[in-house]
Amino acid sequence: MPKLARLNEEAAPRRPRRAKLSLVGVLGEILVTAGVLVLLFLGWQVWLNDIIVGAQQTTAANELAEKWDDAPATSAPAATATPDPAVEAPVPPVDPGEPVIAARPATAESFANLIVPRLGADYRRPIAEGVGFNVLNNRTTGVGHYPQTQMPGEVGNFAIAAHRTTYGAPFHDINTLLVGDNIYVETADGWYQYVYRGTEYVRPTGVGVLEPVPQTAGMAATDRVITLTSCHPYFSSAERVIAYGVFETWFPRAGGPPAEIATLVEAGAN
Amino acid sequence: MYAALWRLLPGPLWVRIITAIVVVVAVLAALVVWVFPLVNELFVPPEVTVGE
Repeated sequence: MPKLARLNEEAAPRRPRRAKLSLVGVLGEILVTAGVLVLLFLGWQVWLNDIIVGAQQTTAANELAEKWDDAPATSAPAATATPDPAVEAPVPPVDPGEPVIAARPATAESFANLIVPRLGADYRRPIAEGVGFNVLNNRTTGVGHYPQTQMPGEVGNFAIAAHRTTYGAPFHDINTLLVGDNIYVETADGWYQYVYRGTEYVRPTGVGVLEPVPQTAGMAATDRVITLTSCHPYFSSAERVIAYGVFETWFPRAGGPPAEIATLVEAGAN
Repeated sequence: MYAALWRLLPGPLWVRIITAIVVVVAVLAALVVWVFPLVNELFVPPEVTVGE
């Protein structure tokens, strides 16, 4: 049977040939691996890491709020009337009076939380003093306060900055704000409610947005505004997106959080 | 290269499959926890502040 013998002969050398590593084959596999790694890194950088860091920033914000609950600020106004524990009456919509202005925090110190329901039902990020990368590129802060601008509730401009992409991207969806949306700034003293009014796009040198009256240098402020700055477009430093809000009212911590964010504040405390 | 690595894995087919999955998951975890954050330091994030 010469035919069968020849078949066996051909089949035999197959195994050792497959075991050989060819230079081109290895090179090709390394290149494919490198390509996959680059794609994985991009997915991590623009999507996965923002979710991870965003959650860490929210955790830090919740811990901050817990600290304030445990030790109320000394600057908080004394309760005018001690509530009778026997009568569990709903808090009437009383005028909370002039908002308490907190003392200026130290650089890089977390002194407030930003709560914006439009940006997510559990959106709560810490605000720290200063707009350096030590604050903005940070897993426990993320939002920075321009030190030359005013404090929450103060007459003038409370201006803050945060990333729109990478490092938790606190302002990723800043362009989705709608007129009338509430922007809450939570501090040891309570919750300052601002109402979103509008957005503008400026050049990176547009420091006018930080004026006590935005874009109006030298004018004495009579209103309390909040200014949010971030980069525009996504992943670019070409322009800045600026969102403005106007102060509406404030809620002293003793009186509890406003209804819109009560669920978030309670969930964060657990 | 991957074919050679596959042949290095011991045991029957199902053990090899499980080993391979564990190795791949371990590599991905190492990338996310250590390698990617280090590589990320090489990137300059976009500026988000206004200034002169």
